[in-house]
Amino acid sequence: MNKTSAWTLTALAAVVVAGCATGPSVAELNDLARQVAKASFRDEGIVKADKVLNTDETSRLCSEADVAGKPLDEATAKRIEETNLKAIKWPSDGKFLGDWKQGEAIAQSGRGLTFTDTADTVNGGNCYNCHQIDQKEISFGTIGPSLYNYGKIRGVTDPNSEAAKPIVEYTWGKIWNSKAYNACSNMPRAGHMGILSEAQVRHVVALLLDPNSPVNK
Amino acid sequence: MQRSHLPLWAAALALSCVPAMAQKTASQGIDEYRAMLQDGNPSELFEAKGEDLWKQKRGPKSASLEKCDLGKGPGVVKGAFVELPRFFADTGRVQDLESRLLTCMETLQGFNAADIAKTGFGKGEQNTVTALATWIASESKDMRFNLSQSHPQEKTFYEVGKRLFFQRGGPHDFACASCHGEDGKRIRLQDLPNLTKNPGDGVGFAAWPAYRVSNGQMWGMQQRLNDCYRQQRFPYPGFGSDATIALGVYLGVNSKGSASIAPAIKR
Repeated sequence: MNKTSAWTLTALAAVVVAGCATGPSVAELNDLARQVAKASFRDEGIVKADKVLNTDETSRLCSEADVAGKPLDEATAKRIEETNLKAIKWPSDGKFLGDWKQGEAIAQSGRGLTFTDTADTVNGGNCYNCHQIDQKEISFGTIGPSLYNYGKIRGVTDPNSEAAKPIVEYTWGKIWNSKAYNACSNMPRAGHMGILSEAQVRHVVALLLDPNSPVNK
Repeated sequence: MQRSHLPLWAAALALSCVPAMAQKTASQGIDEYRAMLQDGNPSELFEAKGEDLWKQKRGPKSASLEKCDLGKGPGVVKGAFVELPRFFADTGRVQDLESRLLTCMETLQGFNAADIAKTGFGKGEQNTVTALATWIASESKDMRFNLSQSHPQEKTFYEVGKRLFFQRGGPHDFACASCHGEDGKRIRLQDLPNLTKNPGDGVGFAAWPAYRVSNGQMWGMQQRLNDCYRQQRFPYPGFGSDATIALGVYLGVNSKGSASIAPAIKR
């Protein structure tokens, strides 16, 4: 701890001196925050500090916009969305829907990828943490919109039909990489970041779009 | 301190009856359970232990902590909690309650602060720190948060803390702000305070240390932040590291004027 503190203190002192009259600049503070994070976090279990802290451009620009309290300018948001859209992996066999029952179990599970999990933990989708989905489940979060009747509201009666195709593709894309449609969405990029496998994404899509899923009853 | 803890057992019993209560409505049942939790708080046991540990001669130097300076002068405990974290001239750094306790345990009692920082929560001298923090917080109960922002490092720590609060990262792109950035949100059934502004009396920063009924543990703010980061899929934040202290400054300054209810009781 002492070593870390001394190291960070040096950085702090440098910033304080540099910004004597007016206080440190935004760029200096951003840099200092990165140094403080680097000195404060360590690897634990399956979580590697470097990997978590060295985020991609999407996360970095959205974090900076949040600090500034201003949304990204339109052009930057569009560019981020396009980058993420291009990165979406579409189902390798063209099949978008799996088994809604397995999708429900994935939606319920919030497990995986914490520093107390192991590498063989089966990751969950964390869906109910933020969304209402099946009406029977009363323990749901409200950070995201309700997904109850998701397919029904969007008029999906046959997910394999040509008419349903845009909704089916959007649903896959949104789960795979939410930032393709909303640059700074609070929603994780489940497929893109390797939280859920292709098969798991297929099951969650079915939970939302299968007419037999309780979501659409 | 002498109060019976029967009400807590009553609450525990009530919890085992939640399915029956669910017939009213599940959320009514949960509200009743939460109300019953307020009847008895085992944190009183940790307060008593913390007060003893403060006065006891301990460590290689066989000294008490009664000369520890928590920011208001050696030995002044009342009101110290609601002004932390703050800058300390003797260490030349901004410290929160728990990292300051490590300093006092090292300088006054001869413990090795770095060793205690490396010790896992709920083990060895970490239990001492938690009990001390619980008692010290209780001595400022109902007082209003009033963190200093007069030292340049205190201002810098606020700005760094703000950036850490909004820092997205890890496989889920989660930041503290993902859950605590808007009013009136829930994760599952748990209400989430908006910590980007003053969340009000006894909410967020003003509620920790707290006794957690679900696991029967007393948690200080360091452990609260540690578990938030765990759930964010972040790496392990060092105990008393500058990141945790900077976040404390951000949350504490935002809570200016709110009353502390610590030690609180949580589900």
